[in-house]
Amino acid sequence: MPDIPEPAAAVRLENVRRMFRSGKRTITALDGITAAAAHGAVTGLIGPDGAGKTTLMRLVAGLLRVDAGRIEVLGIDVGRDPLAVQAQLGYMPQHFGLYEDLTVQENLNLYADLQGVPHADRKRRYSELLHMTGLGPFTARMAGRLSGGMKQKLGLACTLVQPPQLLLLDEPTVGVDPVSRRELWEIIGHLTREAHTTVLFSTAYLDEAERCDAVLLVHEGRLLGSGPPGTFTAEMTGRSFYATSGIGRRRLQERLAAVPGVIDAVIQGSHVRVVTAQATPPEPASLLADLPDLALIPTAPRFEDSFVARLRTRPVPPQMSSATAPVASGAQTPHADLRPRSKTDAGAVITVTHLTRRFGDFVAVDDVTFAVARGEIFGLLGANGAGKSTTFRMLCGLLPPTEGELRVSGFDLRTAAAPARGRIGYMAQKFSLYADLSVQQNLRFFSSAYHLHGAQQNVRIDWAIGEFDLANLLEASARDLPLGYKQRLALACALMHEPDILFLDEPTSGVDPLARREFWQRINALAESGVTVLVTTHFMEEAEYCDRLVIMAQGRVLTEGTPEAIKASARRTDHPDPTMEDAFIGVIEAASARAAA
Amino acid sequence: MRTPALQRLFGLMRKEFVQIGRDPSALAVAFVLPAVLLLIFGYGVSLDARNVPLALVVEQPDALSASFTSQFEHSPYFKIHRYLTIQAAERAMTARTVTGIVWLRNNFTRQALTGATAPIGVIVNGVDANNARIVEGYVQEVWEQWLTSELGTRPYAPTIALTPRVWFNPAVISRNYLIPGLIAMIMTLTGALLTALVIAREWERGTMEALMVTRVQMREILLAKLVPYFILGMGGMAVSVSLAVFLFGVPLHGSLLVLTATSTLFMLAALGMGLLISGVARNQFVAGQIAIITTFLPAFILSGFVFDINSMPRAVQVITHIVAARYFVAILQSIFLAGNIWSVILPNALALAVMAAIFLGLARANARKRLD
Repeated sequence: MPDIPEPAAAVRLENVRRMFRSGKRTITALDGITAAAAHGAVTGLIGPDGAGKTTLMRLVAGLLRVDAGRIEVLGIDVGRDPLAVQAQLGYMPQHFGLYEDLTVQENLNLYADLQGVPHADRKRRYSELLHMTGLGPFTARMAGRLSGGMKQKLGLACTLVQPPQLLLLDEPTVGVDPVSRRELWEIIGHLTREAHTTVLFSTAYLDEAERCDAVLLVHEGRLLGSGPPGTFTAEMTGRSFYATSGIGRRRLQERLAAVPGVIDAVIQGSHVRVVTAQATPPEPASLLADLPDLALIPTAPRFEDSFVARLRTRPVPPQMSSATAPVASGAQTPHADLRPRSKTDAGAVITVTHLTRRFGDFVAVDDVTFAVARGEIFGLLGANGAGKSTTFRMLCGLLPPTEGELRVSGFDLRTAAAPARGRIGYMAQKFSLYADLSVQQNLRFFSSAYHLHGAQQNVRIDWAIGEFDLANLLEASARDLPLGYKQRLALACALMHEPDILFLDEPTSGVDPLARREFWQRINALAESGVTVLVTTHFMEEAEYCDRLVIMAQGRVLTEGTPEAIKASARRTDHPDPTMEDAFIGVIEAASARAAA
Repeated sequence: MRTPALQRLFGLMRKEFVQIGRDPSALAVAFVLPAVLLLIFGYGVSLDARNVPLALVVEQPDALSASFTSQFEHSPYFKIHRYLTIQAAERAMTARTVTGIVWLRNNFTRQALTGATAPIGVIVNGVDANNARIVEGYVQEVWEQWLTSELGTRPYAPTIALTPRVWFNPAVISRNYLIPGLIAMIMTLTGALLTALVIAREWERGTMEALMVTRVQMREILLAKLVPYFILGMGGMAVSVSLAVFLFGVPLHGSLLVLTATSTLFMLAALGMGLLISGVARNQFVAGQIAIITTFLPAFILSGFVFDINSMPRAVQVITHIVAARYFVAILQSIFLAGNIWSVILPNALALAVMAAIFLGLARANARKRLD
């Protein structure tokens, strides 16, 4: 291992193309990517789901072959000699590649055997890795019984048993709690500093860009930009502002999004965060003349701003590409017609009182209490295994609670689950559409499933086609839709029966920023018209869109409040502007400190 | 000192054994599945008739008819229900109380003694055609025995008597030839299922992807799967043979050594088939379906275990040659019932060796260290 990192690139991609065949269609996963990752640095491969990140990782690892172009890893042509590359590689696939029915130690032993670690070196190496990952006390535990964060660290330890020259990590932070995520980044920092390991790290979380030395931003198989994260944010200097006005953040966001020259307007806490097309500071009055109280406060640019700017300036392909053009133009009519109901009666629509659910000895949900008012967007934020899904299933009447009371739209779910379900629209993670049915058939099926028929059914289907701009895609099968359109269709299906309450399970995790904005714009409009929205997510970004949220861990509610209030509680003199993730970690650490005391 | 390649191989095999020890499903497929199938088929599937409920209607009881019916009373094949009229017997057959009727009309004795034809009416429930034919055969046999003994008491005994002899299975217990076939059947299923499921599981859980990026070679992965499941499969074979011999009392005329050697060949063919399936399916559910459809069903129908290959249409007979169980059924039936008949065992063993080589070779060729 060299003491000084060589200046040459560890990974070099030359015009890499890769296609996949799916039935009769050919999908271009990577469309001519030319890029490089430097020795001894952390290079982030950043992009939404479907960008081609995993394909690129597998190509670098020699698990797939390129259709055109060339990949050179550590000076070796991967296509020619994948074994030579693999001998110097550590690769952690999604889901970590662990044997869940082996113990922590047995997993390490297996990978030590596979990587050819001499028996004499093992003891020292194991103790280093166990110390680094904090898994020392758990060597006899089955990998399947570890938490998501611990699995991630064990997966990492297994790939590091023989110190690799190049470490490939494919979305290691998906579904992992923020504390583990932070620890993983500390381990990676340690590796690059001490062992000069080159790291290629793929992620759909844009906020991880700033932790990388260099970033490759990919979208729909193309490279949108590359370079140190600072160069991405530097382009955006002087273009980001917090806007406030007396008309309320949702109305303000909707108005600002429609102003020419504004390329992005998203709700963040009590403000609207605005990004402009030009670096010249805008006069507030020139943006919205009829709002004299509009105030703009400059704020630091983020990596995401640059992504959005690139997506906006990119020529939009005519059909079946990103699902975002209407929002960009701002031509979207206000969604007043989406839900003609008015926001009349206040009071809680969903009440959860001392809810507990046990599975044998395991307490999945532990004494959870919260209430959601009509027209509110309420979030359940927590890592995988925090009890969000179990709570959700009980709210849908799919799982009876062990203890406690649940009321939805005035119905007690213990006694009247069916009528309560009739008031609920549910959009599952990964959308649960029928992939082999066309858009039209999906709409017809889901409306029938909600007991719509005859003229009423046709009215709702026509409404969905118009509202979600699906007219050109009616005959396409759901499988072939771009992610953004899948999401639209799933939301349309959930709204067929005009529900009072909408349940969303990780609705925008991994979709591109423009599709996410469009989606939340619709959700905001629904909430404005009186629909109550309940969101579960492990995605900090989504928590910002909520009116109020609870943070859950190990089945318990740790804190409840508005995003602003939760973030404010984490404010320290040395950390004046904490993120939602900082607040989350603070709450979790405070809870474990209380438990230890 | 171990070479890195051996270290990898032993590491993978150790992992496989630990997983087998912790996962009851592999042990269940290897040991419980054969035992259960053998018990169910061994007791449930029988081509013998025993205690068949039979109605007897004797319209005019006398000495001659009594001597005839006593043959039935003493036969182990039948359980006799007596009825006074044919109508009552027919009602019993409609109600499925009896499966056949033997009817002696009131003129039976007179006709028999006067030298005219004395008719015996036999009615058999033809709903189950196979059973009907067996019952018919037994009734015929009882009648012939009665005729021989009855005629024997007379001075003009016939010079020719029909005495059927059955070779190799003197008691004509169908179980004796069904169970060796059944063992071939069960081993086809467990052998293919064992490997098909475990490799598909590695694909499903994403561990195959992680393995592939290590220094490991595909042949090491395959060998590390083959060895443990071979041992497991042969254990299942031992369980099946023990049950056959000690529980069902099937005679084992051939040598254990020949049995072990030919079973090894067959097990390699079955495991090779499983490896090939799992390389193609990459999904436990699909792999399981394919394993059952491509191994168990053809083995059941086309191996000659129940249905005689020689009576199949020519085209189907050709197809049976690619069913490995066909050769193993022939070998097992000969080892169990006849002994080491080399003229049967050698060509069939050769065929098994060829099939094992083909399946393992295809599995190896199909296993590339790539995901596409």
